[in-house]
Amino acid sequence: MKVRFWGTRGSLASPGPETARYGGNTACVEVRAPDGAVLVLDAGTGIRRLGSGGLGTPGRVDLLLTHLHMDHVQGLGFFGPLYVPGLEVHIWGPASTTLSLRARLGRYMSPPLFPVRLRDLPCRLSVHEVPCGTVRIGPFTVDSALVCHPGPTTGFRISTAQGTLAYLPDHEPALGVAGPLAGAGWTSGLSLAEGADLLIHDAQYDDHEYATRVGWGHSTVRRAIEFAALARAGRLVLFHHDPGHDDATLEALLAEAVARERPAFPVLASAEGQTIDLGA
Amino acid sequence: MPQQEVEVILTRQLASYLVMPVFIVGPTGDLLYYNEPAEAILGHRFDETGEMPVEEWSTVFEPTDSAGAILPPEKQPLVIALRDRTPAHLDFWLRGLDGARRHVAVTAFPLEGQAGRFLGAVAIFWEKAWA
Repeated sequence: MKVRFWGTRGSLASPGPETARYGGNTACVEVRAPDGAVLVLDAGTGIRRLGSGGLGTPGRVDLLLTHLHMDHVQGLGFFGPLYVPGLEVHIWGPASTTLSLRARLGRYMSPPLFPVRLRDLPCRLSVHEVPCGTVRIGPFTVDSALVCHPGPTTGFRISTAQGTLAYLPDHEPALGVAGPLAGAGWTSGLSLAEGADLLIHDAQYDDHEYATRVGWGHSTVRRAIEFAALARAGRLVLFHHDPGHDDATLEALLAEAVARERPAFPVLASAEGQTIDLGA
Repeated sequence: MPQQEVEVILTRQLASYLVMPVFIVGPTGDLLYYNEPAEAILGHRFDETGEMPVEEWSTVFEPTDSAGAILPPEKQPLVIALRDRTPAHLDFWLRGLDGARRHVAVTAFPLEGQAGRFLGAVAIFWEKAWA
């Protein structure tokens, strides 16, 4: 299973020379099985390049949306496979307490925000609401669960014979927690991340920034490392970089956190274009 | 210990910040958590009692009515909230694990999460002496 990052930024796209190394596009990750089957995680602005030739010619595309905040859906209308007549496209994501996922997506995919309506797309579109237990999508076994973030938000756990990936791009496990994270039973997202070979986790802030952003739904680099340790993850990839953090800041945050926390597992910052092979 | 649903985790986090005593039970009625103000009423720290099955907590606090008659579980607000999935309120007396007898008002309500998942119930206690 190969994991490729097409967008690593949180909140707002932030292209420019100062973000060239880690990238300025918002959340989008490609997960590819050895047989070519593909999952796309989130539809941030990074999805445009993925959908413009990066996918190849799959017989089916499954797009898993963690939630519908703008940085995770802004690229949806620019995702090439949606415009391929007859192509089987499945969108998975959370409903709200009052609106179906289709209705929620339609709020963005309709005028005045977007000229093309969901119902007018030429692909064969199916919409599935999560969390919905364990589902099989080709070679992938996918679990989903609600996690701590404003509004209905899920994380995903994706397993194949090659390994297990946990994807929690927007997650505040430390909300209301002053000291160390609570035990496994009382920490949001733990069931998804437990024992994962690779954990992609929100690391938007440093401790100083978080102090004024409690409840906004995001994690610090330090808490991401603590969460990964609690989950006994094999590797941690920091994700959802703050748009105000340039490349030098990200590198400094990572170096400081690793030096201070001394995690027993590798920690790296996600970068656009980077590929991680879980089977290797 | 399996991870609690996120709505229950958030409820506990909220309860941990409130000065009103709060008691949280799971869908089968097992006690999952009570906050520090509830410890004062119940007479024991949560860290000491831990989780407790419904059969135990619904009797251990010796709930009684104003005449001193034992209040059966089916008349207790939290049990009603669990059983009928409807809010319930009642004034009654209970004996904390410290042995002290207290007059309390209790409001309980069911917890329903995304997609109509039934997650348990919450009870908020007021010690009548405070009112």
